Amino acid sequence: MADKKLLIIKDLVLYFRTEKGPVRAVDKVNFELGFKEAVVVLGESGCGKTSLAKAILRLLPRNIDSYSGQIILDGQDTMALSDEEYRQQIRWVRMSLVPQAAMNSLNPVLRVGDQVAEPMMVHHGVRKEEALQQAKKMFQHVGVPADFLTRYAFELSGGMRQRVAIAMSLVTAPSLIVLDEPTSALDVLTQANIFNVLKRIKKELEISFILITHDIATSSELADRVAVMYAGQIIESSDAMQFFNEPLHPYSQMLMNSVPRLRGDVEPIFITGQPPSLLNPPTGCRFADRCPKRFGKCDQEPPIFDKQDRSVKCWLYE
Amino acid sequence: MALNVPLTNEAPAAQAGDTLLSVEDLHVWFELKKFGFGHAGYVRAVDGVSFDLKYGESTAVVGESGCGKSSLMKTILGINIPTKGDIVFQGRHMSKMNRSDLKWYRSQVGYVQQDPYGALAPFMTVESILEEPLIINGVRSKSERRERIQKVMEEVKMTPADDFLHKFPHMLSGGQQQRIVIARAMILGPKLLVADEPVSMLDASVRVEILRLLRNLQEQHNLAVIYITHDLSTVRYFSERIFVMYAGKLVERSRIEPLVRNPLHPYTQALLEATSDPDANNALIYRELPPGEPPSLVNPPSGCRFHPRCSQAIQGLCEVEVPPEFEPAPERMAACWLYK
Repeated sequence: MADKKLLIIKDLVLYFRTEKGPVRAVDKVNFELGFKEAVVVLGESGCGKTSLAKAILRLLPRNIDSYSGQIILDGQDTMALSDEEYRQQIRWVRMSLVPQAAMNSLNPVLRVGDQVAEPMMVHHGVRKEEALQQAKKMFQHVGVPADFLTRYAFELSGGMRQRVAIAMSLVTAPSLIVLDEPTSALDVLTQANIFNVLKRIKKELEISFILITHDIATSSELADRVAVMYAGQIIESSDAMQFFNEPLHPYSQMLMNSVPRLRGDVEPIFITGQPPSLLNPPTGCRFADRCPKRFGKCDQEPPIFDKQDRSVKCWLYE
Repeated sequence: MALNVPLTNEAPAAQAGDTLLSVEDLHVWFELKKFGFGHAGYVRAVDGVSFDLKYGESTAVVGESGCGKSSLMKTILGINIPTKGDIVFQGRHMSKMNRSDLKWYRSQVGYVQQDPYGALAPFMTVESILEEPLIINGVRSKSERRERIQKVMEEVKMTPADDFLHKFPHMLSGGQQQRIVIARAMILGPKLLVADEPVSMLDASVRVEILRLLRNLQEQHNLAVIYITHDLSTVRYFSERIFVMYAGKLVERSRIEPLVRNPLHPYTQALLEATSDPDANNALIYRELPPGEPPSLVNPPSGCRFHPRCSQAIQGLCEVEVPPEFEPAPERMAACWLYK
């Protein structure tokens, strides 16, 4: 029972249909998330991490080629639900999303209090006065003063708007929140503030997080576990302490070494080349052509090897 | 006045060590109007900034949103007009420049914008984007333009150039787009480059590549660079000096290493404290941060503008009098009463 997981994802696939063929954005992803736990999905542009968020929350565009796998939320396979059932029972009820640049997608003509109250009214049929009371409580959790309920988005700074977006994702008391690049456009003091807020929410409200980002340094502020994504696949998964001390996959290692550090004297490196196209990914290991440690076997796709609490998709760990 | 636009590698090396740019007690205030014509106060975006920049010198300007660094940068670029104070470039005062002088001035200062995709016109090919500054500045010969484009593409390592010239910006990766932005900034052979968050919209693994490129260009052409950012961790590797800006004023000026080891101004200390390095232990602690937010530039706090948020504020002094710059150690300036 100690091992009961909040979210188990098995062989999740999301391919987009395009004129040139399927784009394999999420290519058999396996993933687990415990209660009160934060997992960071670390990856750069084009690795499929935003598509992963959309796949988990079933926010799909019309041009889908394949969408399959299992998304088991607290024992229930949500894939088996119809779209309408999913909308009523899961999305913004048990799982919510703070999308990329959420602070810029607040409705400019609604007061922010009303926006945060809206999910309660729509998904739980709650009356407006009660929903606004809930919104006020959420504002407290994220550190926005109560008198901001009647303000409009343009009256708030970027950091405040991002907190409003987080409040909106909290208001229906979900068990899981997916955050996609929550602090990428924000100043360093505001970033640190937002992470303090998220840490407190994780502890006090017992909510789990999936944090999607390319920023390794700030990801360490929240991560209990790290999953590194490359070219549509999870290539390493590990608990945070071990990952930040010693990343296993060559890509993870190079990524770690490319971060300029404030404290520490090693000059950062950069990774040459580019990730492969998700339209026609190579048949062997997808990182092979940029990997300094590649060898003969890398022409075949490596399986995922388990090393105690960690897993790596790399032939070096056979 | 004939426009003299030298090729990129003709920067006069003999002038290294001389002052290129001098910002003198610069104030940039924007007027707020009520109902379109009633005076409602000023946004005091830059409120008394002074510094010198030598040829070939690189300095970082660090500060959060709303500190005035964008307004400062736009004034240095010749886009805003100073309200008070002056900018002196190669001995020439901006306050005395007429329109064609300003046009010359703007050809001497290159601008690298933050969002590479937003900075490039989506309907123009790479070749048109790079040609435009040359055409505007009177380079009439098509073959000369072509030659300069080839040269600048080599400098930003986008070779073979012909592979890229006919492409539109959306066909390039983020890193490649930023290289084109840099190429465009360099093509008129500027002496000064202003880079506003040049890598914040790029992936981690590409950032260092672009910053290295800027560093190389700086060394090869004896370029002065003003690097504006809020990310302190990149500053260490790509600048010699750092200015910290808060609410329209410079609060600390120093060489980088001493500042990172021992920040003087409480605001600088807060910025360093808030900057994370990848370390799993970060998840176990809450960071100590100054409360509140940066002040409005319309009605900034009296005295030291940081005093309402400062844990080390001296009662009776900090909220009353504006601190001047003190120099508690050689080449280390802090505008803070703690260092009286």
